[in-house]
Amino acid sequence: MKLKCREANHICDKAQYKEANLWEKIVLNIHLIYCRACRKYSSKNGKLTKLMKNPKVETMEASAKEQLNAAFQKELANHK
Amino acid sequence: MPKHIIDPNQWIKLYSDYLFNYTITRVNDREIAQDLVQDTFVAGLKSMKNFKGEASERTWLISILKRKIIDHYRKINSNKGKAEVRMSYSSDENEGDWLEERVADPFDKTAEDTIENTELGMAIDDCLDKLPEKQAKVFKMKTLLNYETEAICNELEITASNLWVIIHRARTAMAACMEKNWF
Repeated sequence: MKLKCREANHICDKAQYKEANLWEKIVLNIHLIYCRACRKYSSKNGKLTKLMKNPKVETMEASAKEQLNAAFQKELANHK
Repeated sequence: MPKHIIDPNQWIKLYSDYLFNYTITRVNDREIAQDLVQDTFVAGLKSMKNFKGEASERTWLISILKRKIIDHYRKINSNKGKAEVRMSYSSDENEGDWLEERVADPFDKTAEDTIENTELGMAIDDCLDKLPEKQAKVFKMKTLLNYETEAICNELEITASNLWVIIHRARTAMAACMEKNWF
C-alpha cells in the first residue's frame, strides 16, 4: 500500500498515457494525500499532458521524415 | 559576434519538425505541409551563397518558408480564377461554400484560440529542442505520435523500464521549460 515517491512518479507518468491500471491509480492517489512533492509533480505532469494534447501540436511521421531526407540527399548530391 | 555558419547536412535533423509545425498551423494539410518544407530545404540549398550569416539558420529557413506558404495560397487562389477569397475545406460536401457563410459560428474556435495554439506549438517545439536528442525522440514518439510502448521499445531497442525513465526525465524537463516559457 505504501509507495515510494519514485514509484508514485512512475505510475503518474504511466497514467498520462492511460497505461496505469485501477489498483495503481488508487495507490497513487493515496500517496498523493500525504506527499506534497508528488502532488506538485502530478499537477505539473497533468498540465503538460493537456498542452501536448492540443490538436495544433504536430510532429512529422518518421516515414515522412525519411522520405524528406531521401529527397533532400538527392538534391544535395546534385548540388555539389 | 561570431557569424552563423550554414550546414545543410544537419537541416533535416534539426529543423524539419520546427518548419513542419510552423507550416501545418498555416496550411492545415499534412501533405502540403511536407511538400512545402521540402521545397524550402531545396530552395535554401540553392540560395546558400546568399546566406549572410546575420541570422541563425533556422530564422533564415523560416523566412524562405514564409514565401513558400504565400506562394502556395496564391496558387490555389489563381487555380479557381475567381476574385473572391476562397479556402479549401477538408470535407468534400462543403466544397463551394463561401468563406463568408462560415465565419460567424460562435461555437467554433475564435481567432485568439488559433493564435494561441500556433504560439503554443512553437513554444513546445522550442522546449523539445532543448532536450537531449534521445529524450526528445522518445517523448515525441510516445506523446505526439501516440506509439505503443512496445513499438517504441522494439524500434529503439530499449527495455520498457528504460523507456519510462527516459519519459520521466523528458517530462520533468518539458514541464520546467514550459513553466518558464508558457505559463
